[in-house]
Amino acid sequence: MTTTMEKKENGVSRAERMQCGCAYAPGVDIIENQNEVILLADVPGATAKDIDINFEQGELTIHAHIPSRQGDETRFLLREYGVGDFHRTFAVGEGVDAQAIRAQMSNGVLKVHLPKSEKIKPRKIAVQSE
Amino acid sequence: MLLQRMNQTFPFHQLRQEVGRLFEDYLGGVDGGTFSGTRGSPAINLWEDGDTLFAEAEVPGMNMQDLEVSVIGDELSIKGQRKECCTKTEGATYHRQERGCGEFSRLITLPCAVRTDRVQAVLKDGVLTVTMPKAEEAKPRRIEVKAE
Repeated sequence: MTTTMEKKENGVSRAERMQCGCAYAPGVDIIENQNEVILLADVPGATAKDIDINFEQGELTIHAHIPSRQGDETRFLLREYGVGDFHRTFAVGEGVDAQAIRAQMSNGVLKVHLPKSEKIKPRKIAVQSE
Repeated sequence: MLLQRMNQTFPFHQLRQEVGRLFEDYLGGVDGGTFSGTRGSPAINLWEDGDTLFAEAEVPGMNMQDLEVSVIGDELSIKGQRKECCTKTEGATYHRQERGCGEFSRLITLPCAVRTDRVQAVLKDGVLTVTMPKAEEAKPRRIEVKAE
């Protein structure tokens, strides 16, 4: 198993037009170890209740609703980034146990644990001597 | 008006930003304000109301202990370190690594004098907000026009 998860869209950056308005693609790290795949996403400004994670037909969708922090009439002197919702979809391989997916939020970072299903976990086979 | 003044003070600021953006796009990019490897340090938004300047930076995954905010004269300095993603686990495979990590340092010149003794920094859900009350002389003043 080389890549359990593949980013669906190619090189998404900046705000994307979406059905529900505009959204940013969060930066992510995807780390795989023996037992699970861990996805870390930067979603600053979001708390646990703002996050919506869906797993459907092999696709994991993350949506973070970011409440506006400044009013429309704010006088910006420097504006290096925009504030808005985060959204990104990943294709997930069959080796993930969908029932056991869980997630937690801490300091604006979302951590999603995707445990591997038993049948694809690496197993060491003992060789018996006769 | 302040913005105009800032652009006059730093004529190359905008150019640098544009060039930076060009490279970011080319290199595969930054999304939102989250700092990534290509940018190396977090983006900053700066705004004002009558009496106060506000600066905001997105610093997900950091605690207040990882951050150092200071105002010296008319310069705001934000230094920090994101440690959590630097510790690579043995035997783990990285399929994607887009989140920046390590140390960063940003220094921005403020458009007016602030009361350094009353600067406050708050970190909430990965967003750092620095509140800087303007110095008396920098506050807008209403000048009454007297009729003769």
